Amino acid sequence: MKGSTKKKVIQFFGFFLLRGCLFLVLAILLLFLYDIGSKGGGAISWEFLSKAPRRGMTEGGIYPAIIGTFLVTMITAVLAIPLGMCAAIYLNEYAKQTRLTRMIRLSIRNLSGVPSIVYGLFGVILFVNILRFGTSILSAGLTLGLMTLPWTITASEEALKTIPNSYREGALALGATKWQSIRTNVLPYAVPGMLTGTVLGLARAAGETAPIMFTGAAFFLPILPRSLGDQFMALPYHLYIMATQHHAIVQVRPLAYGTALVLIALVLGMNMTAVIIRYRLRRKQR
Amino acid sequence: MSADALKIRMETRDLDFFYGTKKALDKVSVACYENRVTAIIGPSGCGKSTFIRTLNRMNDVIAGTRVEGSILLDGKDVRSPDVDVVDLRRRVGMVFQKPNPFPKSIFDNIAYGLRINGMRDKKTLEAVVEKSLQGAALWDEVKDRLDENAFSLSGGQQQRLCIARALAVEPEVILFDEPCSAIDPIATAKIEDLIETLKKSYTVVIVTHNMQQAARVSDYTAFMMLGELVEFGVTERIFTNPANKLTEDYITGRFG
Repeated sequence: MKGSTKKKVIQFFGFFLLRGCLFLVLAILLLFLYDIGSKGGGAISWEFLSKAPRRGMTEGGIYPAIIGTFLVTMITAVLAIPLGMCAAIYLNEYAKQTRLTRMIRLSIRNLSGVPSIVYGLFGVILFVNILRFGTSILSAGLTLGLMTLPWTITASEEALKTIPNSYREGALALGATKWQSIRTNVLPYAVPGMLTGTVLGLARAAGETAPIMFTGAAFFLPILPRSLGDQFMALPYHLYIMATQHHAIVQVRPLAYGTALVLIALVLGMNMTAVIIRYRLRRKQR
Repeated sequence: MSADALKIRMETRDLDFFYGTKKALDKVSVACYENRVTAIIGPSGCGKSTFIRTLNRMNDVIAGTRVEGSILLDGKDVRSPDVDVVDLRRRVGMVFQKPNPFPKSIFDNIAYGLRINGMRDKKTLEAVVEKSLQGAALWDEVKDRLDENAFSLSGGQQQRLCIARALAVEPEVILFDEPCSAIDPIATAKIEDLIETLKKSYTVVIVTHNMQQAARVSDYTAFMMLGELVEFGVTERIFTNPANKLTEDYITGRFG
């Protein structure tokens, strides 16, 4: 009797502690969102979203930065999604599980931990200088793509791992080739998970500053990029400038908060898209 | 019933199998006769599943495995270079231990094997689906819900669906790897009846840990232990008059 009371007390405090941790995290997040929302909400207007900055960025909007971030993320997606998914399919389905593939997998995991500024500098050397793409939206998108690849590969591989082996064996036992079993009996069920992980990676890329500041993002450019070789404005870089590099600190502060709010909304929107894609595809299979 | 009059459809001769350096099968020689059911029995870990999976080369997909000896289908070694493993697996179908329907409709499950071989004609697919489901004694239960997901079926129905799926590609040999270990006794009885019917058209090999099941459904029984074939012969003889002391101890329940 005494022992069971003690166990219940321990359980009560254990759950209390766990619940407390969750509430603490939620509180920090809500405080953060409230701070940005209350200070940036006032800056949001149709003009802010649809016009270029004016008067040394103390007035006007962030339209070129919104479109620039959208376009550079598209380029990132074009590089990271197909390449990452294919690499994951090879690693998980075809490659023999040897010491070499374990090394490769470990390296990929490690690459996802490399600081983004390192990717930025690498992008300058590879895309801007060696491949002569110049400081352009293409170089920036490819740099972000490289940075996103480890995330895409890892997420896609995890998604493939959730597919039971019995789907593969069942198909093989009916006379399917390995590729047929993967294409018809593994990928259709893995793609929702792969896309979710990939879009989360893209959302992270959309918010990055360091990889684009040397490779293609412009300090101020009131027009939109017209080709892959043009520079562009991007929300995170714009925010960085407004927050740290601008001389008229007090004047631009609401604009900086507004930019932050738009960037957060964009990233949140992408994450929501990932959730919706997954939900739709899963339901279609039921 | 004399064994000589029957045609051997599939057989192994001195079959050795290795997982890495661990030997899982040691000189196993078993013959599977046409239109007969051959049961493989033995205690857990004796290699019976490993054995049946070598017959359609399903073990190929496990890294680090190695086969020695011969596995013959109609007298031809299934491991010879001119045998296409994809074609072999179509001719030698397999039903797994746990029912493994694909997360598709009942119809698409059965049509899967035909579609991967390029069959697109709707009429043909419909005909084969009906014939296969009837062959697996499932048609009457599902004919009005072919579009439903196969996961909506009960465990026993799922296993019969897997049998129907195997029948659809018109195999010559059907391998059952403990097909009833995950389903209830009534569903088990249905599958045993089905095996009885299937042997009229196919050569059947069944792995089972249930000795009564082997006695009920099989014509020949192979008793294995620790990767070795202890005794092989006509089921009735194995169960009434085993030649080997180990076989006798196992079937009388002294171990296993």
